[in-house]
Order: sequence, then C-alpha cells, then structure tokens
Amino acid sequence: MGRSTRSRIPAKDGVRDDPASAYDMTHADEGVEQRTLACIVDNEPGVLARVVGLFAARGYNIESLTVAEIDRNAHQSRITIVTSGTNHVLEQIEQQLLRLVPVARVIDVTNSTGGIERELALVKVAGVGEKRVESLRISEIFRAHVIDTTNESFIFELTGASQKIDQFVELMRPLGLVEVSRTGVLSIQRGKDKAG
Amino acid sequence: MDGNSTMDTATTQQLTGAEIVLRALADQGVDTIFGYPGGAVLPIYDAIYAQQQVRHILVRHEQGAGHMAEGYARSTGRCGVALATSGPGATNMVTPLADALMDSIPMVVFTGQVPTHLIGSDAFQEADTVGITRACTKHNYLVRDVNDLARIIHEAFYVATTGRPGPVLVDIPKSVQFAKGNYVGPKAIEHRTYHPRTEPQDKRIEEAVAMMAGAQRPIIYQGGGVINSGPAASEALRALAKATGWPVTSTLMGLGAFPASDPQWLGMVGMHGSFESNNAMHDCDVMLCVGARFDDRVTGRLDAFAPNSKKIHIDIDPSSINKNVRVDVPVVADCGKALAAINKEWKRKVSRKPDLSGWWKQIDVWRARKGFAYPNSKTLIKPQHAIERLYALTRDKDVYITTEVGQHQMWAAQFFHFDKPNRWMTSGGLGTMGYGLPAAIGVQAAHPNALVIDIAGDASVQMTMQEMSCAIQHDLPVKIFILNNEWMGMVRQWQQLLHGERYSHSYSDALPDFVKLAEAYGCHGIRCDDPAKLDDAILEMINTPKPVLFDCRVEKAENCFPMIPSGAAHNEMILGNITGDEISEAGKMLV
Repeated sequence: MGRSTRSRIPAKDGVRDDPASAYDMTHADEGVEQRTLACIVDNEPGVLARVVGLFAARGYNIESLTVAEIDRNAHQSRITIVTSGTNHVLEQIEQQLLRLVPVARVIDVTNSTGGIERELALVKVAGVGEKRVESLRISEIFRAHVIDTTNESFIFELTGASQKIDQFVELMRPLGLVEVSRTGVLSIQRGKDKAG
Repeated sequence: MDGNSTMDTATTQQLTGAEIVLRALADQGVDTIFGYPGGAVLPIYDAIYAQQQVRHILVRHEQGAGHMAEGYARSTGRCGVALATSGPGATNMVTPLADALMDSIPMVVFTGQVPTHLIGSDAFQEADTVGITRACTKHNYLVRDVNDLARIIHEAFYVATTGRPGPVLVDIPKSVQFAKGNYVGPKAIEHRTYHPRTEPQDKRIEEAVAMMAGAQRPIIYQGGGVINSGPAASEALRALAKATGWPVTSTLMGLGAFPASDPQWLGMVGMHGSFESNNAMHDCDVMLCVGARFDDRVTGRLDAFAPNSKKIHIDIDPSSINKNVRVDVPVVADCGKALAAINKEWKRKVSRKPDLSGWWKQIDVWRARKGFAYPNSKTLIKPQHAIERLYALTRDKDVYITTEVGQHQMWAAQFFHFDKPNRWMTSGGLGTMGYGLPAAIGVQAAHPNALVIDIAGDASVQMTMQEMSCAIQHDLPVKIFILNNEWMGMVRQWQQLLHGERYSHSYSDALPDFVKLAEAYGCHGIRCDDPAKLDDAILEMINTPKPVLFDCRVEKAENCFPMIPSGAAHNEMILGNITGDEISEAGKMLV
C-alpha cells in the first residue's frame, strides 16, 4: 500500500500541453505521470503563497495540496502536493521548490521506499429503504465510520488511499450521493526514521 | 544614531527601527544607497540625515534606484542597496527586482510600508509589496516586530550574496521604523533552511576531467556565473583554458570573464554571437558549461543544439541543471571552486596538452568567414563603426560599459571587447530597456574616477533619461553614447525580417533634440553625423569632466548580424542581407 498505482497518460499528439519554453521540443515525447511530493518548510508568513505561486508561475499542476504545522517549536510545516507532469518537469518542480529560501527539503513520496499516502473524506449520502441499507453495508466493507445520521441520510468518514476513496464515492453515487469533502493527500514514511 | 560602528556589534542596544536600518547597513559595509523618499520611509530618511557613513544618492524614479544598485553590484562584486517608499515606490521597483533576479545580481531593497495597524485597510500608498514582489525576488520579508529587524536585514544580505545571488526585499512598516528595539550585529548567519552548496563533489570532478581528457572538438561555454563567483573564478577559467588549449565562448552576461584579446577567445555565443563560436558549439564533442544556463538566446533550436556532444554543466543552482538541456556530468558548485578543482584534477590526470590542431584548423575556417564584417561608409556613421571607434579611443582608459536593450546592445557586445570581469553591465535575462543609464550612474558612484559609458539606443534611453538630473546632482560624469537611428532598431529589424516589413509603431517620431535636452539638464551635449568627425567628437566626450550626452546619428536601416533566426540551429546562422524567407513559420511564432 506504500506506493499507489500511477497512470501514465501519453502526451497528446506527442506534444506536451505546457512546454516550459517555446524552444523546448526535446522532452515532448515523454509520458505524463503523477507524483506526490512532501515539502518540509519553515512555517513563516507567506510560505504557502511562495509554494503555490511557484506552481502557478511556472505552469505546473496541483492536483491536491495539504498543509499544516507539524512541529510548533521548530516552526515547521509539511506541505504534501500531488502533481503531474513529465519526468523532466517533475524533476524541475523538485529543484524549483528547493530554491525557495524557507523550503528545508523535498521528499519524493511516490518514488521513495515506504512512502505512505492517505486521504480523509466525508461523504454525505441520502436515501431510504434498500438504497440506505446498501450504503451502510458498503461503508462497512470500506471501514468507514458513520459520524452523522438522520432518517434519510448518513455522513460517512473514510480514510485511505485516494483511489479507495474514489471507488467508495463511485459506489455511493447510485445510492444517493449528495456531496463529498476531501482533505487531499497526506504523506509520511514507514520505519523509525524522520523524513528526509 | 551616531553612525559609529566601531562599537561592539555583538552587544544589544535599544535603537529605533530606522536607526537599526542605518546601523545594519554600516555594519554590512554599505557605503552607498540609491533611493527616493516618501511618507512611509521618512523615519529612515531622518536616520540618513543624522549620519555620514552611508552616502545616499537621490534618484528621479525608483526604477532608477534599482538599476543603479544593480550597476553598483555588478561592477564591484558587492551587494547593491536601494530604498523606496511604500505603494508606488515599491511598484516602481518591480522591474529592477525582476531584472536582478534574472541576471543573478545581489541586491537588497528596502521599502517603506504603511503602519502595521493599517496593513490591509487600503491605506494611502499601501500596496501588498511582499505579495507583488514574491515572484521577482530571491526572497522577501515583511518586518512586523522591530526586534526582528536587525536579524532580518543581516539575513537579507546573506541570502542576496550567497548561493546564486539575487535580489532580496525588506518591507518595513512605518510603525516599525519608529518603534524602539534591540540591535544585533551581523554575527555568522546560520539559516534554518537555506544552505547553498558551493563545494563540488570529487566524484563529479573526476568524471568531468575524464570526459574532458578524451575530447577532440571541445569548447568552454562560460556565463555570468563566472563573474558572480568573483575574480578568482575568472583566473581559474584562464588557467584552465591555458592548460587545455580549449576554445572559449561566452554568453552576453559572461563577457570579460575571459579576455577578448586571447587567441583562444571565439567571441560571444548565441543569437547575435560570432559565426565561429556558434559553429564550434554546434560541432563540439565535449562542452564544458560554466556558470551559464542554456538560455534560449544561446541555444537556439533545442533539438539541434550541439547534437553530438557530451556536456558538463557547472552551476551553483541545481534547478539550472537539466532545465533546458540534458547534461551528462552535472557539477553543483560555485564556479570558481569547481574550476579550481578541475584545474587540479587535470594536472594530476592529464600529462600533456591534448593535440587540438585539427579542431583549431576548423575554427580558423569559420573565423575566416568574418561574420562581423559590415560594409563601412564614408558618408554615414555605421553603428558598428561607432562602437569600434569608441573601443579604440578608450583602450587606455579605466572603462566600464553599460547598455540599454536592443540592436545597440548587441553591437556593443560584438564590437566592444573586454579583458577583465565586472566591466560590462547589461540587462541580459529580462532585457530591460532603460537599464543602462541608471546602471552607469551606479557604476560611476562605485568608481568615481573611471570612464563609465552607457552605450544606448534613442528609444531605450528615453525610458529612464530623467536620471541625467541625478548624475548632475551627484557629480557623476557618466557618458551616454546614443546610437541614434530614430527607430526601435531591434523591433524594426524583426518587423522587416518576420512581419512583412510592416513597421507598426517602431519609428521614434518626435524625438527630442538630445543636445538641447542634455543642456537643459546641465549635461554637455554633442551631436555627430559625419564619420570624418566621429573620432574628435568621441574624444571631446571622453575629455569632458561632466555628464555627456552624445547623439551619434547612425545609418537608420542597419540590421544586426550575424543572426540565428528564431527556431533555427547554431549552424544555420545568417550572415547578413536576408529577405525573411530564411525563417520558418514555426520560428516566427517564437520570441
């Protein structure tokens, strides 16, 4: 479970959607892949804006982003970003992040051994009768918790890899899915050592 | 503030924020700052008034202050410092910040900010300065507590000058300038997260030298990083060229790191570089890239860039490596240290100088094409001729050259030659018209007895020419040498070659009378349009001990050649007199 499956989406017509420069034609035939990066940053004002601004300015994708302080005394936060691009672009993203002064280190969670990714989702499903029973049954299979209920609805709390949540949401759709709230991906490394 | 920095800097004492700024500047060894007052920096101006250590040069527009700090930094190797007020003062500083970031110029900019309790209230002259400048600084700070101010200033200088240098902005609310707090001196800075790597890995140096030793058609492609690294890097580069016998070319930013008078010098590389350097780049089998970043103006078409070469890339910024061009041996290090290590390893590993006579023979064939040749004229001053005469007549002087951006900049790079680093100040990455005049003032402030010449175009110079007033006020006798062709020459050239000769808005209609304008500012004005009188006019400029504006009327339709058209490869260089058909439709899409 440490490494989630990655889809390799071939570039359209052999041309990358967002070439890094008008002259850049050498990496056009590379496939696009998804990658999860964790940045350990100094928790100072504006640090999130720097990271997000870098992605916006250089045209990199953000598929999900989570951020919170992880060590109050050391003023450190961990930002986990799920991004996608060709291998060349992903390498650049890592190096460009490291250029930011408050970024202490960047961990490639996808390609490191023992990288774990988890997401939490809150899923609201409304319905009565057989559909209601079915949704509850499926939630047990996914080890979701019911955190709120009315006669006509449930809210399920579910953690797991993003794909597991995607799957659960798809199964709930015909059973009366109302809305979903997700945290985005969190990451950590297996084993006794601290990250980096 | 008593301006006395002989006190023990480690002791803590209570000063106002404004006093802390001046004290920190003095402790950082800053002798000159470039600035413009305004409401949100008045306390700092009070502190400036009360001291003698730091000289303040009053500019006419904040953009000028930024470029002056850049010129100061580039010509001295030290950190440039500029000061502006909040709001418009800060937004006017954005261009020089972006310029310094692109060209890796160490600079610390101070801006005033509205008092902390008014931040976010759309107060008078409020702007989100740290937000606006985040993308055009290496790092920036908003100081919220006066007790953090001294540490932040020292940290700002540390970040600006170490690693890959760049601009750092410190935004100081007026309330913080008034508040009293602790001053701390510039002790050894140990940043929590910022640790630039400067020492090369031995393994990489060994790999590099092993690759170099087998080269048949080698080239050194060197850039501004060698100049940023300091004089020792230029010395190490010269030693390496001597030991290896390799030819050397340079980017626009790297001119002067290797002497142009050396027989191993091939001239500048890239879009308007020399025929021999571009062909040598294309045909080389081993390329040693030192402190350059494979910019699109250098590489041309990437998939045809040095197609049969192995590449070694020395850069202090890991993100520069494999960004545009994949390299075989990356060396993340300070250029000077890496070059010294390579020199040492070369001596150890390579017993005798390799025989490159075949390669040099080929290079001499390219040289014989004389790519910079142009038909001279007896009736009109050719811009190339004007630069050649300027170079010839200033050779025995202690001369520094700045430029604006455009054709004149390329002609200056082609026809003015440099034997020492830090003598050539130009806006390379950002291409900022209006850079040259204020940069020249900054250079002159650092080198009061030197001959400082801004080689300018008639369009560029008008972007910042109010700074002539600054030059007069501070007795900084810069020479502004305008190649006046009445056009935005490079725009006109591209319109001729790429846009079917539709000269849309590139003619400088209603140009001022530059001589009268010079006189209005109190400068000396010279006009020359006769090749026979050019030398005397240039000598008059050199020998006038005050700011001079030289209106050099040149051939209007001259194009800048040779040229690698957009989207073309190094060996597809055009030597002159082209029609436009040489450029592909895809190439026309590029900038």
